[in-house]
Amino acid sequence: MKTLLRTALASTLLVLASPALAGLAYVSNEKDNSISVIDTESLEVVETIPVGKRPRGILLSQDHTKLYICASDDDTVQILDLETHEIIDTLPSGEDPEQFALHPNDRWLFIANEDDAIVTVVDVPTKEVLAQIDVGIEPEGMAVSPDGRWAVNTSETTSMLHWIDTEDFTIKKNMVVGQRPRHVEFSDDGKVAWASAEIGGTVHVIDVEALEEIATLDFAIRGVNQDKVQPVGVALTSDGRYAFVALGPANHVAVVDAQTLEVLDYLLVGRRVWQLAFNEDESLLFTTNGISGDVSVIDVEQLAVTRSIEVGRYPWGVVVTP
Amino acid sequence: MSNHAKRLALALICWLALPGAATALDVRIGYVQWVPDAGPVLSNVTPEPEDAGLRGAELAIDDNNASGRFLDQHYVLESHMAESEEQAHAAFERMLESGIELFVLRVPAETLLAMADTAAERALLFNAGAKEDTLRTGDCRANMLHTQTSFAMLTDALAQWLNLRRWQQAFLITGPTDDDRAWADAFRRSAARFGVELVADKTWTFDADLRRTASRELPLFTQASDYDVVVVADTRGDFGEYVPFNTWLPRPVVGTQGMMPVAWHRVVESWGAAQLQNRFRELAGRDMNGDDYAAWAGVRSVGTAVTELGVAEHGTLRDAILSEDFQLAAFKGRRLGYRPWNGQLRQPITLVHPQGLVITAPIEGFLHPVTDLDSLGYDAAESDCRIHP
Repeated sequence: MKTLLRTALASTLLVLASPALAGLAYVSNEKDNSISVIDTESLEVVETIPVGKRPRGILLSQDHTKLYICASDDDTVQILDLETHEIIDTLPSGEDPEQFALHPNDRWLFIANEDDAIVTVVDVPTKEVLAQIDVGIEPEGMAVSPDGRWAVNTSETTSMLHWIDTEDFTIKKNMVVGQRPRHVEFSDDGKVAWASAEIGGTVHVIDVEALEEIATLDFAIRGVNQDKVQPVGVALTSDGRYAFVALGPANHVAVVDAQTLEVLDYLLVGRRVWQLAFNEDESLLFTTNGISGDVSVIDVEQLAVTRSIEVGRYPWGVVVTP
Repeated sequence: MSNHAKRLALALICWLALPGAATALDVRIGYVQWVPDAGPVLSNVTPEPEDAGLRGAELAIDDNNASGRFLDQHYVLESHMAESEEQAHAAFERMLESGIELFVLRVPAETLLAMADTAAERALLFNAGAKEDTLRTGDCRANMLHTQTSFAMLTDALAQWLNLRRWQQAFLITGPTDDDRAWADAFRRSAARFGVELVADKTWTFDADLRRTASRELPLFTQASDYDVVVVADTRGDFGEYVPFNTWLPRPVVGTQGMMPVAWHRVVESWGAAQLQNRFRELAGRDMNGDDYAAWAGVRSVGTAVTELGVAEHGTLRDAILSEDFQLAAFKGRRLGYRPWNGQLRQPITLVHPQGLVITAPIEGFLHPVTDLDSLGYDAAESDCRIHP
């Protein structure tokens, strides 16, 4: 089935004279106002698409036909058609959208408005703003639980996780975590959430059922000043084996055993590593490295960095299509 | 108690402080500002904003309240902009009498010391004004912390960069005020520390020939066989703006003009700073400067500690803020804490020119056994202060 689909996709792309056959990684370049497209097989940049100002958070629609882009300095969310690579629409987003998350119903987009200290909920098909929820200062990370019950927002300056009930769009719980929380990632089964705290240097593992913290992870890399260990992006393998944590200016990605919560290794990548995304079969992990302007490719089986790919200036977010 | 256990305990305290679980907590912070008139200056193209400092404190109160409303903590700033030293003291004492025990002060060093002695064990003070190194090396007070950078922190950052660039032959010009001399003294120490040689060390008096303009006078004033860089110590911005492009030799100008070491500047944008700058501009209608940043950092230090502890008693906050575990998230790319011996906030220093950022110190390669942030300013062994074990 997959092969069939791929063939179908390939022929469509051929018509469009695109060289891509394998999956594609999309990388937002914050200071180049563009999206770099990487062929996940050849590991080369095959296209660079101009988009709105200061693109940061990006995510895919569930059918992988559209890419949503937070164009922060344009105060809008743009929709990129992944077949034509053209911006086909924009969504009302509130001011300075930074990160967002899509509800499993494929309709509700939860957007963190960094400058306004609110989370905006937009119904994508109707473009209607369903709710604006007051949160702490500098809302940043957004995640929706796989069952759709919770939307979690991190507020950086307030150092909290705000648990928003998606039934009535109100905050049901505020959890104080380490300084400057950046990102939340749910496990595939939705039982555990991982939240990174950039300045605190910690990752907080949370039991979603009880809404309680199970563990706090610390990181220490030989030869790297502890102040530079600043966790941001988190990626979890769907088999529950590994958690990868991007450590920012420490220029390393931590490999954590997701069961024992033990740090297994630190992998050297490019400078100021922020966000992470797997390819479809999770054999490769792509990291965006802001200062060095490249993407590192990690071989998940070998736990080794195999490649770095030059993209635009200040790559921020990354997603991969099958 | 291990760090982990402490963190768990803190988390537990925070949990208990959630709405419904605890009573409301009111935190009052006093802000007093008194800036003596610096006298007439030649260049007044970009005057210093008169509310520098105050606006930073106001922004930090907003930031504190944004967290506070989830924890039922309410922060209030009581501020006074004094016209004289007497007024400043009167306002400070009035606030003390009214029960305020947390203060952020932008006043000269002598006024600050008098206030610290008046407050004694009744309050915790944050110095967001005075840069004098003497306040960090000898004239310390147990109830006084510094969010303002010291002259030595600024000049050490500059000297590290001169060393990095191998611009190690410097021509120093010092202005006539006490602050100019304090800046120059700090630079001389930094020069010796980081291998910069002073090929000339002259005082600017502008009494050579008053028929000439500064721009005619400066080329003659800066005559020397050779130097890599001209360093200006002109803290109030009197003549310094006329030094760039008017030097005898075609050399860059650094110091209080030209390329400057600063705690904060509008060109700083990394590490989330762009958001802080936006919030500040919205509040104040102007760009945020180093004095605003110092006041902001003081009020935010209180907010951060109160969020963690759930109490606002000044002695408890002081111990928490001076402890090794304290972390202030302050948009400088790393967690900031206080030097236990003299209460100085450790922080990176940015080197900027009016339109751009050059580099942020500490510069990689300048090592320190504890933290490279302590390569900026007076280290424990160079200071007689011991305000915290």
